[in-house]
Amino acid sequence: MSSHIAYLDGNAAAGELSRVFAMDVTAAQGKCKHCGAIRRFAEARLYMEGPGVVARCCVCEHVLLRVVSARHGMFLDVRGLTYLRFDMMG
Amino acid sequence: MWRVGTVVALHDETSTARTITLEVRDWPGHVAGQHVDVRLTAPDGYSAVRSYSIASAANSERRVQITVERLPNGEVSPYLTQEVIVGDRLELRGPIGGWFVWRSQQTEPVQLVAGGSGIVPLMAMIRSRASAGSTVPFRLLYSVREPGAVFYRDELQALSAEHRSVVVTYAYTRTVPKDWPRPPGRIDAALITDTTWPADFGPACYICGPTPFVETVANLLSACGNDRDKIRTERFGPTGERK
Amino acid sequence: MGIISRGFSGRRTPTDVKLPPGQYLTTDFPVLSAGPTPHVPIEKWEFVIDDGKNVLQRWDWKSFRNLPSETVTVDLHCVTRWSKLGTSWEGVALDTLLADIKTDASYTLVRSYGDYTTNVPLKDILNKQSWIAFRYDGQDLAPEHGGPARLLVPHLYLWKSAKWVRGMTLMHEDKPGFWEGLGYHIYGDPWREQRYSGDR
Repeated sequence: MSSHIAYLDGNAAAGELSRVFAMDVTAAQGKCKHCGAIRRFAEARLYMEGPGVVARCCVCEHVLLRVVSARHGMFLDVRGLTYLRFDMMG
Repeated sequence: MWRVGTVVALHDETSTARTITLEVRDWPGHVAGQHVDVRLTAPDGYSAVRSYSIASAANSERRVQITVERLPNGEVSPYLTQEVIVGDRLELRGPIGGWFVWRSQQTEPVQLVAGGSGIVPLMAMIRSRASAGSTVPFRLLYSVREPGAVFYRDELQALSAEHRSVVVTYAYTRTVPKDWPRPPGRIDAALITDTTWPADFGPACYICGPTPFVETVANLLSACGNDRDKIRTERFGPTGERK
Repeated sequence: MGIISRGFSGRRTPTDVKLPPGQYLTTDFPVLSAGPTPHVPIEKWEFVIDDGKNVLQRWDWKSFRNLPSETVTVDLHCVTRWSKLGTSWEGVALDTLLADIKTDASYTLVRSYGDYTTNVPLKDILNKQSWIAFRYDGQDLAPEHGGPARLLVPHLYLWKSAKWVRGMTLMHEDKPGFWEGLGYHIYGDPWREQRYSGDR
């Protein structure tokens, strides 16, 4: 296990991400663009104490997505995800 | 989307933790395991947001309880645990989260493992089970530093006495009660084997607490044969507050 | 803006302390990061200056530590609003590292172990304005604060003082780094409160 930096998990970023995603993101399955691992976003490693939110793959640690709440808008970078799959509830 | 809750009750769980009951006029309801974000705003417009797990059962009432642990250098928790009075208004966003949840429609046995203030969302699950009249068997392994740090002790006692299908085991890491059969220590493989559901019962496992605690316990449960996708986790900050 | 929370004021700073706008004074040293602490074995550590095509100069730990260093006391201003005053560092000035390099580049991209980058104009790196620091407060720089070595460029927001530094690319055009590319200011002067892109 890495680091002195305590990471959190996808649950911690869900409130902030609810500003941009209409559906719950924690249960969504994300495919890491770098290593191909498919995991629930709730399991991603979240680094949240700095200038923005950084979600990393819990398998390979590469960045999945980043969010910045800037003065006049939110920036969202999802280039680290091949996809996020949201299951439609019946 | 922020809603306003009014503080209607305050209850000290321990010398450093307090449960706040909020009445939220337009609360949409919640599921056990979800959390809210609480926003405080200073007169100059500066605001701080923190996440707190909902402690109260899933219900259709307009009331939401959170239990807040006061952090020594905290910015928000000292305010919530020491300044807030009945009648104050707090802004909430939520309920948040759709993965770390338990619904009473789930039929498999449930294994809960709590580290410190990680007990809060798991208590919501225990309370939801009771209010739904569910007979699903629950086991809780609750790790704390010392007896004085336990939240909801009387209620847990009553529930495990009354509903023999809620079994609670305490693991004390620093100071144990008098005549306690185990010396103080962290959760280890032996304790997991002795007190948690055998993996072949297919339990739904929920682990909540500080990150290192969650990682250790998840690895132990996985090593016992529990599938990764039957283990759901929620990590709090190292000092218990999720930001 | 949200409803005002009765009796809440956020973190307070003594009124006799002068800080850049929007900052508060802290006495501890918060550890903030965009990722896990890289573990860099000292025998593998290097600092490389390149121009995007060619390596211009490279130091390993031994040759780096043989360079003249200095101790400086500086104030730190993080864009997350905390400021820490009077911090003491020992490091090698970038003036020393760039002394033998001829370049007409105007910008730099600083690269760290892990995947972090940040960009700083060359004129802000030179002239006693930045160091590669390896000691903080009299001790070897701890990994959680950027050890073995980090960039220190204290006149800009602290996100520019890249932890776990591994090299610098000299460029003719400014190129945004990790945070600059996602809404943060390309330059980042705390005294003009240049936190986000679009701030003047």
